[in-house]
Amino acid sequence: MSEIDTSKLPQGGKGFVHDFAADQTTFKGVPWGKAMMWIFLLSDTFIFSCFLISLMTARASTTVEWPYPSEVFGLTMFGVEVPLLLIAIMTFVLITSSGTMALAVKYGYEKNRKMCAWLILATAIGGLTFVGMQAFEWSKLIFHDGVRPWGNPFGAEQFGAFFFMITGFHGTHVSIGVIFLFIFARKTFRGDFDTGRRGYFTSMKSDYKAIEILGLYWHFVDLVWVFIFAFFYLW
Amino acid sequence: MEQNNKKTTTHSIGIYLWIWGLLFVFSTFSYMVDWYNFQGLLRWSLIIFFMLLKAGLIMAIFMHLYWERWAIVNVLLWPMTAIMVFVGIMVAESEYTFFTRALYFVTGG
Repeated sequence: MSEIDTSKLPQGGKGFVHDFAADQTTFKGVPWGKAMMWIFLLSDTFIFSCFLISLMTARASTTVEWPYPSEVFGLTMFGVEVPLLLIAIMTFVLITSSGTMALAVKYGYEKNRKMCAWLILATAIGGLTFVGMQAFEWSKLIFHDGVRPWGNPFGAEQFGAFFFMITGFHGTHVSIGVIFLFIFARKTFRGDFDTGRRGYFTSMKSDYKAIEILGLYWHFVDLVWVFIFAFFYLW
Repeated sequence: MEQNNKKTTTHSIGIYLWIWGLLFVFSTFSYMVDWYNFQGLLRWSLIIFFMLLKAGLIMAIFMHLYWERWAIVNVLLWPMTAIMVFVGIMVAESEYTFFTRALYFVTGG
């Protein structure tokens, strides 16, 4: 596709009118893959919003006491009850992996193949750690505490259903992201983005722009966790 | 095209490390809300404040939205108002449900 030098176009509000009044593409200078990823993430935002709004509705409309997440997800370390310990560590792990991804995108655009590949690999390992800790959290809640989608020992019965649905859907996103991060780490190490080698799945030429698109997805997963952390665990 | 990318998408490493650090700090603050067991309006406003701060930093810097053209920024952010409207509708709905439940549990229907 032909590239547009957006620095020559009107900026800000005038740019907005200019782009939408254009007779060709609307998103000037935005690769189509990136625009499509953003549209997908927007639709995903609506899905997660529906989950969190349902959580709000269930919590606000039940007359039974809602389980207190601070205690449900607390861990006893060296005889001290620490609230939300595992969740806090998971949050920091995900933020760390988001930071390494941001740097991978930067080094990708600078065509620094090795740094980019190592950082993508670090991001993948961070994501894998997150999923691992989530598996631990789930098994503790299921086998140790006896939480089920239809009931739990702590309070309102809806709690389990919302917990498994919301964190499960997010965990699925993380797992899919981890798979793609490992694939991209391999592709980057192999030099696909420098040689323009055709992809095995899409048979399109590899381009470092794909790393930014993968990065958008990964940052979105982190973004969703910010809201889940606030509304499910802290509220 | 290469020049264009250089101008719009690569930035000094400093800004990423700064945002990374800030996300850690704000996450610690929001964890502190639970640690010190703040309750009521203070708890809720602090949670939402740090949440929006973190979300804003991730979207603006990590997802490069700050450097994108207004056309795509507006297309992505305006739909959020629909979500806010939906939240408002469901707050009203859940209050009504709670009211009827409380009423019928007391009066026995």
